[in-house]
Amino acid sequence: MLVLGIETATPQVGVAIGGHEGVIASFHTARDRRHAETLAPAIQFLCAQTKLDLNEIGVVAVDIGPGLFTGLRVGLATAKAIAHACKVPMIGISSLDLAAFPARFSDRLIVSTVDARRGEIFYATYRKTAGGIQRISEPHVDQPDNVANQLNANAEDCLVVGDGAQRYADTFENLRGVEIGQEGFRYPNAGSLVELAHPRALREEFVAPSEVTPLYLRAPDARINWQQRERS
Amino acid sequence: MTVILGIETSCDETAAAIVVDGNQVLANVVSSQVDLHARYGGVVPEIAGRAHESLLTPVIAEAMVEAGVNDEDIDVVSATHGPGLIGSLLIGVSAAKALSLGWNVPFIGINHHEAHLYAALIEEPDMDFPLVVMLVSGGHTMLIEFQDHGQYKLLGATVDDAAGEAFDKVARYLGLGYPGGPAIDDLSKQGDPTAIKFTPPMRNEGLNFSFSGLKTAVVNYVRQNPDAETADIAASFQAAVVDVLTHKARQAARDIGAKGICLAGGVAANSELREKTLDICVEDGIQGFLPSRAMCTDNAAMVAATAWWRMQSQGPSPLDLGADPNLRLPFID
Repeated sequence: MLVLGIETATPQVGVAIGGHEGVIASFHTARDRRHAETLAPAIQFLCAQTKLDLNEIGVVAVDIGPGLFTGLRVGLATAKAIAHACKVPMIGISSLDLAAFPARFSDRLIVSTVDARRGEIFYATYRKTAGGIQRISEPHVDQPDNVANQLNANAEDCLVVGDGAQRYADTFENLRGVEIGQEGFRYPNAGSLVELAHPRALREEFVAPSEVTPLYLRAPDARINWQQRERS
Repeated sequence: MTVILGIETSCDETAAAIVVDGNQVLANVVSSQVDLHARYGGVVPEIAGRAHESLLTPVIAEAMVEAGVNDEDIDVVSATHGPGLIGSLLIGVSAAKALSLGWNVPFIGINHHEAHLYAALIEEPDMDFPLVVMLVSGGHTMLIEFQDHGQYKLLGATVDDAAGEAFDKVARYLGLGYPGGPAIDDLSKQGDPTAIKFTPPMRNEGLNFSFSGLKTAVVNYVRQNPDAETADIAASFQAAVVDVLTHKARQAARDIGAKGICLAGGVAANSELREKTLDICVEDGIQGFLPSRAMCTDNAAMVAATAWWRMQSQGPSPLDLGADPNLRLPFID
């Protein structure tokens, strides 16, 4: 079964197509945060290069966050509309799962992070299992200092990955037993999304588009933007 | 026959419509988020974005069921791409482009202001040009010369607050809740519009408007007269707004020799404004076009109708089209 994966929860836009043979095509860019401008042409490009029709896709997988709200919703709106148009089900996977997945060969405790802006990070912890990762704590949002203190108290060797770890490297790198992930793997990867979604798709662990709900982890900022509204 | 799906998510209404050939509305579904924003007294962008994300797919599905069309019947997908709240616009634009990819049909991005101009054409397809369109809503107050399809000239606009914004702010100050337009409209029916003399700013200065001073005048009046009847204040404020709007629309129509005056935008649902606009049109012997309330407020039928005209004049939009919160009408000088 072919899976289309869409990932837009960070400054990066990612699209991948894959199936039983793994990822067969992917596109990522982290320039300019032009999610809405980039995403549809990227999907079209991947289909053209793989000579696949969108109607051959069996399931649409999407990063449900946590992450940057506006970008996240561009991916969700796009993924849901494609699933609706192609009449296929969906699989939603957390950005933290995606950021942790490439670290699955480490024996350390994996701390997956996504930069939440405003001095905070989204994070959850994972351990490797046979052929994958398993999340062992609920996703939270907190200040990097508080997360670092917890890791310190834990006194377990850990690997901190994701763009939250990169941004607050100063906070994490001096802790005993803590290693920081590779800079090049800082963003959740659409290829990981396809790889994680494919076995779930085979087990039919999918849902209708209306059942895919974003993981915001933060209440909306209830500020009325009169200025922006004036122009609308 | 061209079947167009229209999507509108520029502010706080999640809407989808199916329109055939620019004026046969098969379905026009609007899911209002007004209750979500009411406690804040205005539209909260992040709350609007979240609601659009969860509501849009079901609203599109509902419009298609109501219209009795299948996926393969849709010829064009259109969406508002500006102006509006960026986070809201992006959801409609993203979904529309994805549907166009999935169905392999053209996508076209539509200007929200242009869509409001076309709302009247859905119900009155045989209007004679030129027209003066008075576009009044929570976000804008404009007098536009509608010369022909795609030909617009800006005659006047607000220099500060929009008319609808003045309604919202005054209603909030008077404790009437949100949205302010309908609240003031209703309460005004019990009040005396001549009770207090609020002078609309810039009444006799060209075709531009100013409403922020009027809001301040109301606030000052209430401070000095704490026992005044709220219904009288509401009615007097509304009378001042309607007076300046109709006065300038009439002036604009005379200036350009318009065949008629057409109302558009959410404030066009105001009963006093509708009545007074018809009065001046009758007096001046020109036509008055008052779109139904459903067509005045944000909806997607007007988007799909505009898309039909735009497809013929400029064709589809590229898939890398984004949202532009400050998108302007392509005015001619």
